[in-house]
Amino acid sequence: MIRILARRLAEVAIFLLLITFVSFLFARMAPGDPVLSILRVDDLSVSAEQVEQLREDMGFNEPLLVQYGEWLADFARLDFGNSYISNQPVMDMLRGGVPATLELTLGGLFVMVLVALPLGSLAALYRGRWIDQVSRGLSLLGAAVPSFWLGLILIDLLGVRLGWLPTMGRDGLHSAVLPSVTLGLAISSVYVRLLRSSLIDSLNQENIRAARARGISEPRIFFSHVLRASLPPVITVFGVSLGSLIGGVVVIEVIFAYPGIGKMVVDAIRGRDYPMIQGYIFVMAILVFVINSIVDLSYRYLNPELRLKGKGRV
Amino acid sequence: MKSGLTINKTCATKVFLSTFLILIASIAAYTFLILKHDPSFVDLNERLLPMSWQHPFGTDHLGRDMLTRILLGFQLTVGYGFLALLLAVAIGVPMGVIAGFKGGLIDRLLMRVADAFLAFPDTVVAIVLSGLLGAGIENLLLAIILVKWVNYARLARSTVVTERQKDYITMAKINGLSEWRIMLKHLFPHLIGHILVLASLDLGKIILLISSLSYIGLGAQPPAPEWGAMLNEARPYFQTVPALMIYPGLAIVTVVLFSNLLGDYLRDKFDVKKEVAE
Repeated sequence: MIRILARRLAEVAIFLLLITFVSFLFARMAPGDPVLSILRVDDLSVSAEQVEQLREDMGFNEPLLVQYGEWLADFARLDFGNSYISNQPVMDMLRGGVPATLELTLGGLFVMVLVALPLGSLAALYRGRWIDQVSRGLSLLGAAVPSFWLGLILIDLLGVRLGWLPTMGRDGLHSAVLPSVTLGLAISSVYVRLLRSSLIDSLNQENIRAARARGISEPRIFFSHVLRASLPPVITVFGVSLGSLIGGVVVIEVIFAYPGIGKMVVDAIRGRDYPMIQGYIFVMAILVFVINSIVDLSYRYLNPELRLKGKGRV
Repeated sequence: MKSGLTINKTCATKVFLSTFLILIASIAAYTFLILKHDPSFVDLNERLLPMSWQHPFGTDHLGRDMLTRILLGFQLTVGYGFLALLLAVAIGVPMGVIAGFKGGLIDRLLMRVADAFLAFPDTVVAIVLSGLLGAGIENLLLAIILVKWVNYARLARSTVVTERQKDYITMAKINGLSEWRIMLKHLFPHLIGHILVLASLDLGKIILLISSLSYIGLGAQPPAPEWGAMLNEARPYFQTVPALMIYPGLAIVTVVLFSNLLGDYLRDKFDVKKEVAE
């Protein structure tokens, strides 16, 4: 277990190192000398010595790696300071946003199960019939519709034209309905197909035929044998894509002005609010670490074979 | 099990794919030969016009011709997506082939990096990079390349690792072929099918990512006629002129649907196992 956690932690560290290094490189390689642009502000003629002096002061004469090290050290201190925009401590703001983001993610998952479970099951049970065709068509379409566009359409129809649901902000469960539905619909197409094919596999198993022969009722066979046997592959994919779900929430949060960490960071990027951006990167790294570790550990719990082999992942 | 359904499915897919290709050809012809309007020509007297012969899709809030902008958006959105994909493949495949063929330290290093990037969702990488470098289409493309090359490196590596055990590679080695020649002439051809399948499925995902992030202001910036950016610009007018919302969205849906169907079709054709797509 400790090995898994260490491995996951190492991944996060490698990722942070690489992504910050690449962005550091690109920022330094970007056209335009930062020193010149700082000095030119006053529109006075600058001497070569002045340029050299400032360059020295700002550490630009150090080797690139040293500069990068200093930059990293700033990040590693974890005190991200106050937001440039609101002047509040970044960590407090983010702490306020995490529950909203998680709430939205859970809501989306709930809607996904509500859509994918019946649609996938019906498609598998009535394979080749119209309901299967409809489900195939819907999931093809669902995979092609951008979630933000779906959100815009739902806002326009249910929010603005019909006025049934609030479309902006976070104010009780009511306001979470539209964003959750958008998110849930956007992710369900994958699971409909997955559940269908997994169900078809388990429907063809010997034990199901045996259960039928024993005269067990069809609903009972389906729920306590077929469905149960079909879930592991679905859960595997779910675990892998949990991270991208959190990524996808960002877009939804922005559209619905939902005050989660995704909306915060997008506002921060627009406003060049660096402390906030750094804080977001840190929080995201922690979230990804925690989620992936839980997923890994639960695989081991669900699949004893892995525990015996001592392998952490599928 | 081949049932009537599967045949119908492939047939329908083929019809859709060919229709789409014809559509692209005519769009290309139209854009290059008879483009009537300047996509950024602002005419405030012609704001928010409904469809007409002059403006088949109407005009937007600045009086720009919607059809022209949608068509140029095709070049932009799909062009960017294609560019990012191409670079990701061009970086990822050689890395994967070399790592898989050579093994050892390079291999372990590459797999570590790959795992690290796979742990983070695409959108988050794109956002982090925009955050550090500033919002803009170039940085978004950089982020996409950074995320996607890993998939191709992994795919190439896993294929090479299985292939390299086989007798024909041993024979090639015994015959004194250079390592580069083996990689290029013997291993690479095995990859093409897998790569094409993954790439066509990825193209759709990349286009979705580009337009979503452009919509929230982190990708292409207005007035560029990128579909996501167009939706962003037109948002205050959706209620009065729904067409401004519908056309760019439909354009995205069509292109992504095409890319997904193409991927499915190629998967059947090359008989690539389903895991590749995951």
